[in-house]
Amino acid sequence: MNDFLDQIFVRAKQMLLSLLTGAPDWVIQLASSLINIFALLGVFLTLFALISVLERKILGRMQNRYGPNRVGPFGLFQPVADGIKMLIKEDIVPVRADKVVHFLAPIMIAATAILALGVIPYGRNMTPFAIDGGILFFFAVGSTTELAVFMAGWGSNNKFSMLGAMRAIAQMISYELPLIITTFPVVMVVGALSPDAIVAAQGGYALGAVPHWFVTTPWGAAAFILFFVSGLVESNRTPFDVPEGESEIVAGHMTEYSGFKYATFFMAEYFGMFAISGLAVTLFLGGWHAPIAGLQFIPSYVWFFAKLSALLFVYIWVRGTLPRTRVDQIMNFAWKFMLPMAFTCIVAAAVWHYQGRGPAGWFWSLGVIMVVYLALSRLIDTRKKFATRTYRFAE
Amino acid sequence: MSTAAFIVIAILTLAAALAAASLPTLIHAALSFAVAFVGIAAFFFLLGAEFVGLVQVFVYVGAVAVLIVFTILLTRRDAATPDKFKWGGVVIAIAVFGGLSWAIFLTPGLSIAPPQIEALTVKRIGEVLMTDYVWPLQCVGLVLTAALIGALILVMEEKR
Repeated sequence: MNDFLDQIFVRAKQMLLSLLTGAPDWVIQLASSLINIFALLGVFLTLFALISVLERKILGRMQNRYGPNRVGPFGLFQPVADGIKMLIKEDIVPVRADKVVHFLAPIMIAATAILALGVIPYGRNMTPFAIDGGILFFFAVGSTTELAVFMAGWGSNNKFSMLGAMRAIAQMISYELPLIITTFPVVMVVGALSPDAIVAAQGGYALGAVPHWFVTTPWGAAAFILFFVSGLVESNRTPFDVPEGESEIVAGHMTEYSGFKYATFFMAEYFGMFAISGLAVTLFLGGWHAPIAGLQFIPSYVWFFAKLSALLFVYIWVRGTLPRTRVDQIMNFAWKFMLPMAFTCIVAAAVWHYQGRGPAGWFWSLGVIMVVYLALSRLIDTRKKFATRTYRFAE
Repeated sequence: MSTAAFIVIAILTLAAALAAASLPTLIHAALSFAVAFVGIAAFFFLLGAEFVGLVQVFVYVGAVAVLIVFTILLTRRDAATPDKFKWGGVVIAIAVFGGLSWAIFLTPGLSIAPPQIEALTVKRIGEVLMTDYVWPLQCVGLVLTAALIGALILVMEEKR
């Protein structure tokens, strides 16, 4: 029974494919890929619709107001209304815009965001596209987002768009480093770049209760926090949303987009958020494994999406809590704190590994991280930075 | 299947490369160049060299293309105005193409049949990099660190 529920989607796909028995090989391959793609799009578009209304609801709750409550029960049909509104809005393209680039930018940004979702294991035997270098694929695809953002900024031929794109690319390049380096310890400890192998390595429980997730080790916890913060920056979320800071540069690289193109950008941002959170779950939170051995009867994909939702809630929580940071603060934080700490995680993971992966390794790696953390906070003490402010260009 | 894929990718790559060479606006050319890089990465995938294909996307689309685009943007005022077609460029392109083809045809032992080696997995590349080629790897790391520090010093100079 458990196994049946756990593998129900895999079975359903096999049943669909069995309709094609006798067809040439490439037809079956194509059909298999298409089923994966449609399932992926269906699930994540639904999740996008849900999270867009839930985010407004949760933010409303945090700010002591109601949030959307007019359309349908509890405002649940709000995304439908939003979608229809976005579809029938006029699509405005600036006269002096670079028409082709302006048109292609939202398509490219959405495509990269969706591609990155393809390599994450959503459940037992439920990786849409299992490739050997899945983690590498994720980041390779993610790195092309910068080009798409540039296309949006440059194609609009607007100073706000260009400034927003510059800011976005600057922070994305800076935070890509800690983001990628914090995955190194996991890859090194597992010895594989495939997400399935990484999830498989986190199976099993110590003492029957503590899961073997990497977040339970000191280096894993530190790397997870760093990864999460970098993910916030990569998906341009508050408090790191300077690229679209409304009070400064209208809407950044999305200024000249309207109607459904704007909605596409919005969707890509959320898809990027899902992808980063999904990878964080895969790398550090044990993927689709249950947190306690006794709870393994619940299907694997339920656990994955429960963890994903928890992370998404933290995203919304952070957005409802923190104000926007300054550009220079973001950059200083990236290069002076995030990067050294990310390297420290590698060293701590090595210490953990060579101390036998047991309690001794646990304490030693905790020691390494604490020493570096304390030293770094001493070194980059920002208090002395706020003496007299000198203006270089605006005397 | 793979022949059809080859033809599609080949058309895409060649069209993008041609566009990169002939489009009048510099930024358009740079963006088509990035598309050509993606096409080449797809070729690597088709040949089973997954790692090389991914690194191709990583380095060339993610870094080099962004670098080219920014270089154009920051150094040229007329990035948005179309350039005139230059016949000199055609001559140079044909010369380079001729030279390369000449070199390829002169290379002895270029058999058409693929050599019988086991599939190039990411794991094997990692093992070889960490054992046989560990010194070249360290040297590259050192050079890159030096470049990073040099860039930092160049930026810090301005603050005085």
